[in-house]
Amino acid sequence: MTVTETRALVAPGSVNGGRRRGRPILAWIAEHTVLSVLAVMFIAPIVFVALTSLMSSDQTLTASLIPDPWEWSNYRDVLVSTPLARWFGNSALYAVAATAFMVLSSVPAAYVLAKIRIPYANVIFLIIIVAMLLPPQVTAVPVYIMWSKLGLTGTLWPLILPNLLGDAFSIFLLRQFFLTVPTDYLDAARVDGASEFGILIRVVVPMAKPGIAAAAIFLFFASWNDYYGPLLYASENPDWWPVSYALATFRGTHGTDWGSTMALTMLVLVPVVVVFFFAQRTFVEGITLSGVKG
Amino acid sequence: MLAPALLGILVFFAYPLVASVFFSFTRYDLVSPPEWIGLRNYEYLFTKDPKVWSAALNTLWFIVFLTPIKIITALCVAGLLARARRAAGFWRTVFYLPSLVPPVASVVSFVFLFNPGTGPVNQILRFFGVDGPLWFNDPALAKPSLLLLGVWVMGDIMVIFLAALLDVPKEQYEAASLDGANGIQKVRFVTLPNIVPVLIFALVTGIIAALQYFTEAAVASGVASGKATVGSGTASMLGYPDGSLLTYTQWLYVRGFANYQLGYASALAVLLFVVAAVFLVFLLRRVDAFNPEGAK
Repeated sequence: MTVTETRALVAPGSVNGGRRRGRPILAWIAEHTVLSVLAVMFIAPIVFVALTSLMSSDQTLTASLIPDPWEWSNYRDVLVSTPLARWFGNSALYAVAATAFMVLSSVPAAYVLAKIRIPYANVIFLIIIVAMLLPPQVTAVPVYIMWSKLGLTGTLWPLILPNLLGDAFSIFLLRQFFLTVPTDYLDAARVDGASEFGILIRVVVPMAKPGIAAAAIFLFFASWNDYYGPLLYASENPDWWPVSYALATFRGTHGTDWGSTMALTMLVLVPVVVVFFFAQRTFVEGITLSGVKG
Repeated sequence: MLAPALLGILVFFAYPLVASVFFSFTRYDLVSPPEWIGLRNYEYLFTKDPKVWSAALNTLWFIVFLTPIKIITALCVAGLLARARRAAGFWRTVFYLPSLVPPVASVVSFVFLFNPGTGPVNQILRFFGVDGPLWFNDPALAKPSLLLLGVWVMGDIMVIFLAALLDVPKEQYEAASLDGANGIQKVRFVTLPNIVPVLIFALVTGIIAALQYFTEAAVASGVASGKATVGSGTASMLGYPDGSLLTYTQWLYVRGFANYQLGYASALAVLLFVVAAVFLVFLLRRVDAFNPEGAK
């Protein structure tokens, strides 16, 4: 789904202001009723999770849906009874390091694929698309064996380090952005004697900042949300658990009631949503500027 | 500048792909060296493996139901949003937001919402005098429950459809109106042809995603069973309830990384590759779709 996720964030631009005037008022009411009912159904799950996280453990066992009284004890319990800081620290290390490594390796690669004439560029691009779309389980066994020989299973490094050698999806996305940088600018810089690396740093990167930000945010979210990777490599070693994996195991090991599970769920959910609301603006602006369509 | 990425393709893609085929002809447990056993893994896979076919059927179930239902819901919501004039940004955010929720968090939330005893869904049903079912604890309903989750997180596809719908040239609608087309005819002859490439893209990537359906099912099994699920113990409850959520990729995980039957897991991986390749070839024949307009 990575591909569609990207396009999802690439896509939201301005919504046009309706194309027909004087639509019948009844149709308007019908449409907005349907929309409102659907919207309530889409928001309700998060509301119920939030409400339950604020209930006492006795209340979560009753039929009540609204906390009475409102209690923060679940959050306190989660903070006290779990290595929450370590979990978030592991998630942050995974997401930040993976993203930084990806930018270092994939931006130059994408630039070459988009703007420099090299032999077999199409073949390489095709391989990158296949690598991006193929289920990771297809190559999981030999890759796992490699990391196990290197003694790095039981950590998150097998998920972080490969980004130093490029991430297929990020290269794909960045190439799409770099294609839209006008070649005239690059040629002008070449005439002035700039090296390809100089052109990348001084011309392409400033013009494609929104694209690089998009690729970075996607990889950051994908790493932060990852469950399969940490399950494969770090599940035996709680010291390396990221918070997404820890949440999946939480109810079995700590949660006697739903309240504390929901509190941890909120703690996992809220940062991502907050980051998105801050990033959305830069994002949509950048995408409109670069004029790329999904 | 391309060298690191080429090395990455070699080390993390090309070599493992070839090595998977090699390991699939061996017995290997990571301790003693791989032992060549010819086609025995494949023979076991096709004739003796007790769970591989039920796991494959579960995956097929998700391919057949999850992908189309997500797409249809996303298309309907996008259609409604394309007509909303005021507060379009607000509506878009409401329907897009759930798809941002980390998958583990959304699964844990849904297992809670649908838990038979105190879950809000069954509480509400009880209010209306309906005895709620067991949802994630019922082998017959666990998969449909995940379907509801899939619909909840359809926002990413929906936003793509919305952009595609708003991209349909208005002149074509006007021309159709002049020709006397009614609403349905406009959808059939103007809207659909314009968004077909996006639909196909969503369908194929959706199928490939369903083919590797793992996290949602694994987490739902773990949380709904309520048992401690740490380390390789995870494998013991995958599929709960009653194997109904055991997908093909989970079975590969169990054989390879819980039982350390890496040779056999490679055989499962090769079969997965063959199936995925069929869909990939279909998508790649439309590879032009990957080149933005105006570039090249």
